[in-house]
Amino acid sequence: MVRDAKINVHHLTRVEGHGDIVAEIRDGRLEDVKFAVVEAPRFFECFLQGHSYEEVVHIAPRICGICSVSHKSAALKATESALSVEVSRQTRLLRLLAFNGEVIGSHILHAYFLALPDFFDAPSVFPLVQTHKDSVLRGMRLKRLGYDICEVVAGRHTHPVGMIVGGFTCVHSEDDLIALRERIVQGLEDMKETVRLYKSITIPQFERETEYVSLTHPDRYPFYEGAIHSSEGRTISTSDYRTAIREYVVPHSTAKHAKWNRREYMVGALARVNNNFKLLSPTARQAARDLGLEVPCHNPFMNTVAQVVESMHCLEDCVDLIDEMLSHGLVARDESVRVVPRAGVGIGVVEAPRGILFHEYGYDDDGVCIAANHVIPTAQNLANLEADMREYVPQILHGTEEHITHQLEMLVRAYDPCISCSTHVVHLTVR
Amino acid sequence: MPSSSKPKAAFFDFACCEGCQLTVLQLEETLLDLLEHVDIVTWREVMTGESESYDVAFCEGSITRERDVERIKKIRETAGILVTLGSCAGIGCHNAVRNKWPVEELLQKVYGTEEVVSDAIPARPITAVVPVDYQVLGCPISLPEFVSVFKHVLTGRKYYPPNQPVCVECKLNDYLCVYEKGMICLGPVTRCGCNAICTSRGDACHGCRGLIENANLNAMVKVFTEMRKLHPIMDAVADRHRPTLEQIRRRFAVYNNWPELKLERGTTHGA
Repeated sequence: MVRDAKINVHHLTRVEGHGDIVAEIRDGRLEDVKFAVVEAPRFFECFLQGHSYEEVVHIAPRICGICSVSHKSAALKATESALSVEVSRQTRLLRLLAFNGEVIGSHILHAYFLALPDFFDAPSVFPLVQTHKDSVLRGMRLKRLGYDICEVVAGRHTHPVGMIVGGFTCVHSEDDLIALRERIVQGLEDMKETVRLYKSITIPQFERETEYVSLTHPDRYPFYEGAIHSSEGRTISTSDYRTAIREYVVPHSTAKHAKWNRREYMVGALARVNNNFKLLSPTARQAARDLGLEVPCHNPFMNTVAQVVESMHCLEDCVDLIDEMLSHGLVARDESVRVVPRAGVGIGVVEAPRGILFHEYGYDDDGVCIAANHVIPTAQNLANLEADMREYVPQILHGTEEHITHQLEMLVRAYDPCISCSTHVVHLTVR
Repeated sequence: MPSSSKPKAAFFDFACCEGCQLTVLQLEETLLDLLEHVDIVTWREVMTGESESYDVAFCEGSITRERDVERIKKIRETAGILVTLGSCAGIGCHNAVRNKWPVEELLQKVYGTEEVVSDAIPARPITAVVPVDYQVLGCPISLPEFVSVFKHVLTGRKYYPPNQPVCVECKLNDYLCVYEKGMICLGPVTRCGCNAICTSRGDACHGCRGLIENANLNAMVKVFTEMRKLHPIMDAVADRHRPTLEQIRRRFAVYNNWPELKLERGTTHGA
């Protein structure tokens, strides 16, 4: 039982970017707990202004190395909307394919290499190479497969090549897609084994009902397209995002927080699964049931399990996408459409692995960027994360200080925060 | 070999997308082979725990705050060998695009009218703050070059980054020159070592690995601004774009901002 403690986790490990957990317990009561973001400022929305549309979509994925395909896709969609560019059916399918590859790579990175060590009481994946070698190698195979899907479509995963406004500058041959399809089918076995691995793990029990926000779509699980949906029962067009999602500054945090219908909401894999369960593939739905994920699920620790479920779905969806492309015949050349610059404003919304992502750009007559806005998943999750921490800590005060600290670290990791992404997030002292 | 005799390696990140670390993680099984030769003692993104002492520091990102200047100096003092990963650390990359605005103005843009105190400084590469022993350039780094530099570090050999333009690798691979498609490509003045990955996919080189030594920039500007007269291959570019000096400056500024380039319209010979 902890009566008095000051918990300070400086630069939480095994997350992307720099954040601190600070908690104060006095007389057996939680006084304060927060997740402070201390990432260096990068000012993307400022310095994109003055660059041409071609340069904007080149630079935007550099916001984040883990979710660069998501940022690329959001920037392309926003820019194509602003410049009234229509892409081909093949381009859309290839983008969906690359998107699945990124989701698989990112989720597996988190499920196997960032989160998993906690469940085996290890400080990192490196000791697991000795004790759980099969699992580590399986994680590596699956992660590589995810990134190789991106590589076939766009040259590499981190900062994809050849994805330009209007389409692809290069499309690989049908043979490459057929070879990739074979590997994906083999990868499904590894994915089933991953479900068994996660079935053997005990996820902390903690529930707090909250609002879940994600894209939604009439007939496909929405990563790349759809309308904005809240579990509070509201669905709005992506063009209305500013009327719904409010970013605001809070005195104790250097990062902007966000709200819609409630005081906070959650985005990411769990939000998507909660809002779109029926659209998951049958195997993915079965995996969810096997792993005890029943919707609506209000346990944030289950976000990692939702990532495993989504990885299964994405692998299967890749097979369907490849089959669809092969049935139409692949145009294996530069198939990008000619773009004529014009003035306009466009919004691009996608589901990055960590949640709903908004890019908005304004361009002048010459296609030069005059305004940019990004709303990043991790920034949207911060208010919800802190609300979870406030409710969770009193439930675990019976443990040691070390236990409380570790549980808080695991809770933050379950959100899989991507702090470099949070371009809004600036560490400043407001005087 | 007992583990204590292995060199200790540490990974650190400054302002960046952390894509270079992730690229190293994409070595997958090969990373396990590297671990036979070094002990990784600090790597915040993938492991809990850190060490005060290490022999080799791998650092990515740009220096954008006063406190980061102190941090990189301490890393430099501690590490026998400092290796930078990526163009943020090597040439400033996109981070330094913002240097054309004063820091106060940027803070104003982000925080509106509120008065703020920040230790933000003009962004610069690590190479501009402390001496660096090895550089792996690129946005992101290329894995074959990383592995090569890693071997050079282990065996104590000096590594010389290639000093030919991307065009050399592009031609050796027999890729189509993207000028023929009307794209603005910076391959002729950009340092190779990427195996021309962007032009291999029919995309243009944006200059992520920085300039070759003694790059004739003004000749490059002349190629773009007076291209029709120079060579028929440039007709496609001329048809599609009529680049002004300002547009060419902007294209160079996607990566090459530190130090600021002085570009002038075709005033030199040699184009």
